[in-house]
Amino acid sequence: MNRRAFGLNVTWGRVLTHVSLLVLVLLWTLPTFGLFVSSLRDKDQLIISGWWTSFSTTERSAFGRTGTAAAQVPVGGRYVIEGDFLPDPRRSIVSFGLTQTNLAAFGPGDTAEIDGSEFTLFEDGSYRWVSDEPFSHTAGRRIFYVAAIPPTFSLQNYRDVIAAERIDRAFINTFTVTIPATIIPILIAAFAAYAFAWMKFPGRQWLFAVVVGLLVVPLQMSLIPLLRMYNDIGTTFGVPSKTYLGIWLAHTGFGLPLAIYLLRNYIGGLPRDIIESAQLDGASHFDIFLRLILPLSVPALASFAIFQFLWVWNDLLVALVFLGKGDEQIVLTSRLREMLGSRGDNWELLTSSAFISMTVPLIVFFSLQRYFVRGLLAGSVKGG
Amino acid sequence: MTQQVLGALLAVVAGIGGSLAYFFGTNLLLDRLAPDGRRPDGSYLSREPLRNKIRPWLFVLPALAILGVYLVYPVFETARLSFFDRTGTRFVGLGNYTWAIGNPEFRMAIRNNLMWLIVVPALSTSIGLLVATLADRVRWGNLAKSLIFMPMAISFVGASVIWKFVYDYRGPDAQQIGVLNAFWVWLGGTPQAWISVPFWNNFLLMIILVWIQTGFAMVILSAALRGVPEETIEAAKIDGASEVAVFFRIVIPQIMSTILVVWTTITIVVLKVFDIVLAMTNGQWGTEVLANAMYNWMFRGGGDFGRGSVIALVIMIAVVPIMVWNIRRFQAEEAMR
Repeated sequence: MNRRAFGLNVTWGRVLTHVSLLVLVLLWTLPTFGLFVSSLRDKDQLIISGWWTSFSTTERSAFGRTGTAAAQVPVGGRYVIEGDFLPDPRRSIVSFGLTQTNLAAFGPGDTAEIDGSEFTLFEDGSYRWVSDEPFSHTAGRRIFYVAAIPPTFSLQNYRDVIAAERIDRAFINTFTVTIPATIIPILIAAFAAYAFAWMKFPGRQWLFAVVVGLLVVPLQMSLIPLLRMYNDIGTTFGVPSKTYLGIWLAHTGFGLPLAIYLLRNYIGGLPRDIIESAQLDGASHFDIFLRLILPLSVPALASFAIFQFLWVWNDLLVALVFLGKGDEQIVLTSRLREMLGSRGDNWELLTSSAFISMTVPLIVFFSLQRYFVRGLLAGSVKGG
Repeated sequence: MTQQVLGALLAVVAGIGGSLAYFFGTNLLLDRLAPDGRRPDGSYLSREPLRNKIRPWLFVLPALAILGVYLVYPVFETARLSFFDRTGTRFVGLGNYTWAIGNPEFRMAIRNNLMWLIVVPALSTSIGLLVATLADRVRWGNLAKSLIFMPMAISFVGASVIWKFVYDYRGPDAQQIGVLNAFWVWLGGTPQAWISVPFWNNFLLMIILVWIQTGFAMVILSAALRGVPEETIEAAKIDGASEVAVFFRIVIPQIMSTILVVWTTITIVVLKVFDIVLAMTNGQWGTEVLANAMYNWMFRGGGDFGRGSVIALVIMIAVVPIMVWNIRRFQAEEAMR
């Protein structure tokens, strides 16, 4: 009996494991998925129905206006007005009525009587209005209907947001910031890391302890002094204070402690023999670094590069402080934040631009996840 | 546009070229200026020792210079500015500090930051540990981990858009398009403008950071769990310990140091949390936090550098214990090498 209870427990435990993990995964992915689906939806539908309804055909009530008397054509002694309420061939009429309160009065293809004339609305949305007497109305009559709208997805929102918000420009600006801000610190840090790992100089331990300390210094401490410094340089030399060079150097400064820390630990872990035997062969430290250490350190360099790339690409604060907000400098995060304020209800623009800003980091992340994880494991003392 | 792409490419080349030119140039210069030679008596004189004394400094100088300008100097400068007026010219003593203590907005930020400090690391670490544990037991564990890890790649602003959509509010007559309100209505509630519900809205913002940081905790803890020796678990099971008891009595104590590292790392992120609050509420409806208040004071009404510096210092002081702990840990590790 004890054994059976135990067996039962294990089974229930396994079910519970699967179910709870599944719930967590859903909780973690659904918000992003919902945003993605929404970015592909029609902007009118997006704001009146939840994204989870977008996979099934929805019904929506609306009204159409018939043509006026000017549109009538005499056919065999009678007068006919024809038209189409649903130009989109995928939509269809579910029912219609002559008043707003009675939408279900007639089915598609039925003929309704309007003051002695015959009005027929077909399933595809086209209508035919026939009368024995000539029409004389000058304003089109309103016909109320319920239309079935099949799920439709398109890239229209993406086209709109690129046209309206210059997201494409922000995209390029972000690249302009990110690439140099990733590469420059790697070079500078690699040399320093090698010196910290394998060269002897007074104060080496102490200086490296300072670097470890700097790992956690909050960015906020640097902002005001640097902003003042940049402004001073700008006014003294008559140059703009918000420049790409300025933000590259700032990101280099903020990324260096982690870069030096990661690379020094990695380079310091390389076998001593290879360095010593190269030294016996008469190679200088400079040769050893370039020919031996750099090629061997590629995994660590890649780890840090991904780290820094994601961090710079996703950064908002540094960009807000050190870059201008004009079209020629604004980055994606900054633009997105601005839109949240000014276009807070234009979900078709927000969802699509958010996705545009996420594509590159997500591609980098999923294709290089292994290196990213390695970097995380090696450098988990830094706070991002 | 093409011009800018070209400009960016040029900058990349110049940046890399400049750095390389520095390293090659200075090393070459050193070899030229301190070459091997002969003593007056004709014997061979190697200047290798001299070169070996100088070369390390050539290697570390650029890094030290940038660290000095961008991180070390600002720490002291911010501390100095905290005693000066809004433009940083007139000494005001403790004026900015007394202002901060009496300012309700600042106190609100402190209260909120304290809540963030408790909730976010606790939830991220425990959910991360839970996922790491569960994922090791199922076949699709790696897929699950990848998906939960994904938000790490999304910017805080992007995450804010995602969650603002989840929290979206429509009037009670309209169909809800935010998942939270749709669920709430389905349960029978009336739709709420969640983001402006005082006090509780703080937790809605925290969820965003938990959502991002759980993946980080999971990855680190997952690696630590792999490092727990199988024998210790087997031994406990043979002794009749239940799965839960094994987890809490055997596994957790062995990964405690990693849990601490994860916790403190997330703590630092939390102390600096800025983007989420700026994008979601800009500190309205009682959601102000220190980093957002600091940013606001930097620019508000032409900027008040004194008050901004005080707030930055508060964040810094909160980080100092972690900094000391990190350095101690590093030195202990070095001693064991």
